Amino acid sequence: MTTQFQESIATALNNSNLTGALGRFSEAYRISRAKAYEGIDFDAVRDQIAEIKCAASSRFEALAEQFRQNAESRGAKVFRTSDPAEVKRYILDLAQAQGVRQVVKSKSMASEEIHLNKAFEQAGIAVDETDLGEWIIQLAHQTPSHMVMPAIHMTKEEVAEVFSQEVEAGQAPDIPKLVKFARAKLRPKFLAADMGITGANIAVAETGSLVIVTNEGNARLVSTLPRIHVAIVGIEKLVAQLQDIQPILTALPRSATGQLLTSYVSILSGQVPNTDGSPKQLHIILMDNHRSDMAKDPKFKEALQCIRCATCLNVCPVFRLVGGHVFGKTYTGGIGTILTAWFDELKKSEDIQGLCIQCGSCVPVCPGKIDIPGLILELRRRLVVEKGQSLAMKAAFGIVNNRRLFHGMLRMASVTQKPFKQGRFIRHLPLFLSEMTDFRSLPAIAAEPFRDKVKAIPQTKGGQKVAFYSGCLIDFAYPEMGESLVKILNKAGIEVLFPENQTCCGAPARYSGAYEVAAQNARDNIQALLAAEVTHVVSACPTCTVALKHDFIDTFKSLGMTDAMGAAEQLAAKTIDFSTLVKQLVEAGRLTFKEGEDLGKITYHDSCHLKRTLKASDEPRELLQQAGHELTEMYECDTCCGMAGSYSLKLPEISAPILERKLKHIKDTGATKVAMDCPGCVMQIRGGLDKDGAPIRAEHTAELLADRFL
Amino acid sequence: MTAIFEAFKTRAEAVSAEVHRFTGRAEALAFILGFLREAGVSAAPQCGGVWATGSFLEGVGQEDLQSQVPGLSFAVTREASAEARVGISQMDWAISGTGTLVQDATAVEKRLVSTLPPIHLAVLGTERILADMGSVLQRLRPDQINYIACITGPSRTADIERVLTIGVHGPGRLIIVVVDAFEQVMA
Repeated sequence: MTTQFQESIATALNNSNLTGALGRFSEAYRISRAKAYEGIDFDAVRDQIAEIKCAASSRFEALAEQFRQNAESRGAKVFRTSDPAEVKRYILDLAQAQGVRQVVKSKSMASEEIHLNKAFEQAGIAVDETDLGEWIIQLAHQTPSHMVMPAIHMTKEEVAEVFSQEVEAGQAPDIPKLVKFARAKLRPKFLAADMGITGANIAVAETGSLVIVTNEGNARLVSTLPRIHVAIVGIEKLVAQLQDIQPILTALPRSATGQLLTSYVSILSGQVPNTDGSPKQLHIILMDNHRSDMAKDPKFKEALQCIRCATCLNVCPVFRLVGGHVFGKTYTGGIGTILTAWFDELKKSEDIQGLCIQCGSCVPVCPGKIDIPGLILELRRRLVVEKGQSLAMKAAFGIVNNRRLFHGMLRMASVTQKPFKQGRFIRHLPLFLSEMTDFRSLPAIAAEPFRDKVKAIPQTKGGQKVAFYSGCLIDFAYPEMGESLVKILNKAGIEVLFPENQTCCGAPARYSGAYEVAAQNARDNIQALLAAEVTHVVSACPTCTVALKHDFIDTFKSLGMTDAMGAAEQLAAKTIDFSTLVKQLVEAGRLTFKEGEDLGKITYHDSCHLKRTLKASDEPRELLQQAGHELTEMYECDTCCGMAGSYSLKLPEISAPILERKLKHIKDTGATKVAMDCPGCVMQIRGGLDKDGAPIRAEHTAELLADRFL
Repeated sequence: MTAIFEAFKTRAEAVSAEVHRFTGRAEALAFILGFLREAGVSAAPQCGGVWATGSFLEGVGQEDLQSQVPGLSFAVTREASAEARVGISQMDWAISGTGTLVQDATAVEKRLVSTLPPIHLAVLGTERILADMGSVLQRLRPDQINYIACITGPSRTADIERVLTIGVHGPGRLIIVVVDAFEQVMA
């Protein structure tokens, strides 16, 4: 991580205006988005969008050519180029040839991408952004922090100050007045401009049409008043047919701003008359800038399904803390990280890809069905391939790949931690490690790991057998969770085996981009787990479950290790998470709850991987309620707790405020217990509650259910 | 027809448009003239009204209307539109699902009156309200029409602190006059 990047994070986190505004926005956004989609089958709409955009990116060349022919037959001039420098040259040459002195622009991310304004300024041509947010940041000499709301990071006071300094002194921080001021000041610019520049939200090959979606009405003025209209369009905006615009127009306003439709949607197809009756010059620039390279990449082709609604920013627990500027100069947030890596260069994403906490919040709400965290992980993997892993990481993963050494070190840690241990927690660590215990206490390494303890548990033999995959946290920090699981499954007449050779699930390596290390972990575990003669492999850690069920296969696939796939799929089919298995056993009548228990108020925290990858969120809730708990839902119950494996060690300054929000929402329920299905979340939330001093117990569902069955 | 009108009205009003329905052209015209006077349209500078004519005005004496509201002009220019208080245009279709007005806006006059003045008054036949965008685009076809404008409520922004503010670059008020006997009049 560069110092500059760390400083930009620190600056953002210390900007209470920013975190306050973004925090409030992200809360309001969820509500307005949900309301806008009432009566709409979102999954059906996004299936259509994904299909339309995927089909389009498979034949960019053909569609671009078809678009060119159709638009040109209707009087437009279409310029196709892959080079941003060519785009600027074309526009500047045109401006100079036509004697253009003033340019007005409506919002175009493509023009931000190529830094067009700078080129105009250098050529001595006046250029004014007219979208209010874009105008504000132009005046403030900043870059957009959000694709839909470019100036969301600024307060009205800051806007008033910018207007006062850059336009006219004495502007008050009163929003309606500031808007009126912008209208008054920009109106003469619209009327005087010789050239208007817009972007486009969709380009239809079949008709040569551009679809432009706005709220302020500036794009209508920009495309009507100046005698020349230039539209800069990235080729990913192409769709084949006119009917393709409908699902996009259904999703874009709803997802971007919670509107059923924006105030204005303009469909421009070819030349229209100028106000003096002459035909208006329409120049459409179809810009590639690495988009067709992306289309050829089997993984990243998917990112071209983006409709630029910025939902992935709005629902991101990290974005709402740090805002857009830490991501770079143009595209921000999750999708911005991916676009920057391609439109700019892979190296530019080196720091920002690390911001993704891999919680998956953006996945179910993306109208383009893009697996953004998955693609960011792929960036991480390619960065490691290209640049190699740091020496420290290499050393760490070397240990993880040697189970005996790794487990030996963990056992050693239970001894060396003694000076820092207080009961179940490590509250302080010395010097450079202190950040780890700054905002939460860490669990003490258990004196006796689960792998030793399990040998002493008497179990009924002869019945159904399952293998327990504990994962490192349960094995070495929370063996009691494993003991609870054994106790429960024994009640159902199931014997729990613990295959000794199981090792780290490889998630730490995989999430750091070290796929080779993860693949070795996968091979070791597959061998250990498939050797056991069992009906299921059960895990009480969702990250581990996802590793066994999905990631092993994906890691092998990414590395082209086809020989290992069969066994990985066999293991995946057998793998099940704790709550889902127990729920099945209850339903099958093999487990019976004790009756009439009143266990008091509880709230439930959804772990990212359990809810969004394994799709289990009702199962633990139903079990806890059947056991006798009164469930009270917390606000944002499925928002990440900030743990995310090593993320909380790499970026503790982001992990801490995410945890703080989570703790507040837990406390607001008034519950005395908070349940969750992930030992990682327990580590984060229990440690946070310990530092906080709140009298609330954070427990794994397994622990809460251990004594609840007959 | 009433159900689809009501659905349209609900959606349009939800985005701050003002919707009025009349049984015939005479009633609608009376309302429009009254509205123009109330909005202060007059022959004084910066007080004009600009009307991009359409089938709604067929057979109506324009001089007669001008005599009732001095300052009303049917010669739509960019200068007149930039100085006008009210712009009037006729819409081709509307969408009940979103409260949207849709128009073939290839003629620049239609765009000038609905973009520059602070108030836009749109005239629409009740029968012209359809359920969704797809139905409208079958009738106003982008392969034949060079500029299709869809308008849903007045101009708006939330770019400063996400506070919704009406009337940025486009009209701050959108008045929709829906007329039942519109088609018969045209015939």
